[in-house]
Amino acid sequence: MQMTGAEIVWEMLRREGVEVVFGIPGGGIMHTYHPRKEFGIHHVLVRHEQSAAHAADGYARASGKVGVAIATSGPGATNLVTGIATAMMDSSPIVCITGQVSTSVLGSDAFQEADITGITLPITKHNYLVTDVNELAATIRDAFQIARSGRPGPVLVDLPSDVQKAVTEFVPPMEEAMDSGQSLPVYDQEALDRAIELINRAHRPVILAGQGVLQSGAQHALAAFADKTQTPVAVTLLGKGSFSPSHSLYLGMMGMHGHAVANQAIQDADLLIALGMRFDDRVTGNPEMYALQARKIHIDIDATELNKVIPTDVAILSDLRPALTAMVDAVSPRQHGAWGERIEGWRTRSREMETLHHQLKDSLPAPHIINEIFSATDGQAVIVTDVGQNQMWAAQYYATECDRPFLSSGGLGTMGFGLPAAIGAQFARPGDEVWVIVGDGGFQMSLPELATLVQEKLPIRIALINNRCLGMVRQWQTMFYDSNYEATDLLNPDFVKLTEAYGIPALRATTLDSAREAISEAHANRGPMLVEFEVARDGELSHVYPMVPAGAALDAMIHRSPAPVASVAGGRAS
Amino acid sequence: MNRTLIATVADCPGVLNRVASLFRRRAYNIESLTVGHTEKNGVSRMTIVVDSRRTDAGKVARNLEKLIDVLHVEDITDRPAILHDLALIKVRIRDRVARSEILRIADSFQARLVDMCPSTAMVELVGSERKIDTVVEALRSHGILEMVRTGRVAMVRGVSENEVEAMASTEQRMSMWEEGGNQWQE
Repeated sequence: MQMTGAEIVWEMLRREGVEVVFGIPGGGIMHTYHPRKEFGIHHVLVRHEQSAAHAADGYARASGKVGVAIATSGPGATNLVTGIATAMMDSSPIVCITGQVSTSVLGSDAFQEADITGITLPITKHNYLVTDVNELAATIRDAFQIARSGRPGPVLVDLPSDVQKAVTEFVPPMEEAMDSGQSLPVYDQEALDRAIELINRAHRPVILAGQGVLQSGAQHALAAFADKTQTPVAVTLLGKGSFSPSHSLYLGMMGMHGHAVANQAIQDADLLIALGMRFDDRVTGNPEMYALQARKIHIDIDATELNKVIPTDVAILSDLRPALTAMVDAVSPRQHGAWGERIEGWRTRSREMETLHHQLKDSLPAPHIINEIFSATDGQAVIVTDVGQNQMWAAQYYATECDRPFLSSGGLGTMGFGLPAAIGAQFARPGDEVWVIVGDGGFQMSLPELATLVQEKLPIRIALINNRCLGMVRQWQTMFYDSNYEATDLLNPDFVKLTEAYGIPALRATTLDSAREAISEAHANRGPMLVEFEVARDGELSHVYPMVPAGAALDAMIHRSPAPVASVAGGRAS
Repeated sequence: MNRTLIATVADCPGVLNRVASLFRRRAYNIESLTVGHTEKNGVSRMTIVVDSRRTDAGKVARNLEKLIDVLHVEDITDRPAILHDLALIKVRIRDRVARSEILRIADSFQARLVDMCPSTAMVELVGSERKIDTVVEALRSHGILEMVRTGRVAMVRGVSENEVEAMASTEQRMSMWEEGGNQWQE
């Protein structure tokens, strides 16, 4: 069958099971847009290409499928860059299709020409510049395979306009040629035996569960392993949802703003079992002082992550699920009574320090807001966060149940991620209640996507935690930069009016009671709604606690004062 | 200490860029990198020399293997191998005495005289880096006008089991590549 390059693109997307794509058309990609309708794939017109990449990313994370973003050449393509880098850092499978100037003028600085394959080379798993329409079908098939295989990641396909226009006989590419090379690494038995020996001998073990648990589908194996070995589980930010927070062995999140009990347990452990995580510096604190008493077992699908940051005693290159399943069978049942008691002691103290467990009059602490959202949604919402304090509060206080999505830009820490990623997530899970938690800083980085939300009639709930500043930076300024608030105060618009101007109902809450009411109204409402929470800019309540200062050991945590105080915590950081 | 890696790569546009970009991004120190055709159509071979005091060769190899266009990577440092560098050296000829001495040096190191003018001679030399260094030192007093060295190329002696395996895996991947009609490898 004769087809244009443009038709081949949609035909291949259809064959890959793509139902929705996110993008913005332009001169360099118009040929491709032209025949879209015939292929029955929905297109979401975002308001900035960066949001197209984030939405594709959000879709991928919430669905487990490959997300697709489309942009035109030049500025359209370069606007994707931050979204691609975000997906790369968090191993999210997306395929970006960009228009390019015609091959006849490629390299001549033609109008809207940008070397996007060159630009995205270090932030994609792989990328292609297709110069022959006869290679197009196989290239798109390969792009999807690469994006979702092994450790997933973004792939970009750059399409010159003459290739989009060119006509050729469409021959469906073979599936199996690709899949035969896709075998995932499977553990070496000898290494696994050594790991099991360490586990059987350990007295103070801790499991570190990362996003790899979710991507490998190893949640059940993890639960079985933790139960049999009675090993407590700490999760990374992206590992939320890999282990049930209602399980008695759950420690919470580890790292810079992790739960104190998790960090304390890691530092005092005699064995760490790291599963599908990569010892990011936000997770380890100072690596020279990280879990010094512990032997380390590290299982990951990416060989380059093993022994990259933290030297391990047993490094196992493997897809997680088969390795963990084999370990469940091979380990001896264990009890760690004394260790469990110490952990309970830390847990109690850690709880006492938490803002959430204090009744605070006439104030609206962010932890309480997240807690109210958790209660109203029964822990069943799809949570998407932006980046900064809002993200850490959401991570700390929304106890994401096993298998429920919690979407956040972890590795790259991209402000502006929240709203567009939520749009993608809502398309992935049309029946679920999606809440996006944003701060006033990051919200304004992708604010125009409110229009996308309206145009697509998406019932997304937006929790805007407004402290009238770039809160996380300001917190650091308070703690480490002599309270010199350089460039962090924001003069904001009236967010309620602004949101209403987009046609989205909005509420404002200034007290805990009004917050509770507004949240339950947003929850009950069938459509989109924004709730703006006015929270403190200064004082202890404006800070995220606990906190491990950058470069400090993981157990050198700064806690909030036991009693609520009004002054800022100036000198406590040192 | 230097370690020598051999990488077979798909001969497609941008592959050198991808490899070089990886070294830059991860701040790897590379002593030399040579690239050229192999016995197989569509497959190129890179010889990469890493200063292992500054850069972990194992990390370099594992990161290279993640690149889609890289077919196979092997560290051959601990295996019996021919490690050769090629140099072209242009030397000034001041007088007859110098001329005969240059010829003598070339002869004793089995260097080839590939060009001879009244005032200059060009010597081509193949061998270990140390041997080339020695010749460069010997010729230096005559005045080296120009020099180019290729950097190390390497090949393991004989055929070991590993090598047969590596060849098989390269062949298999190449046949997939041909069937697939594209540059996809992994």
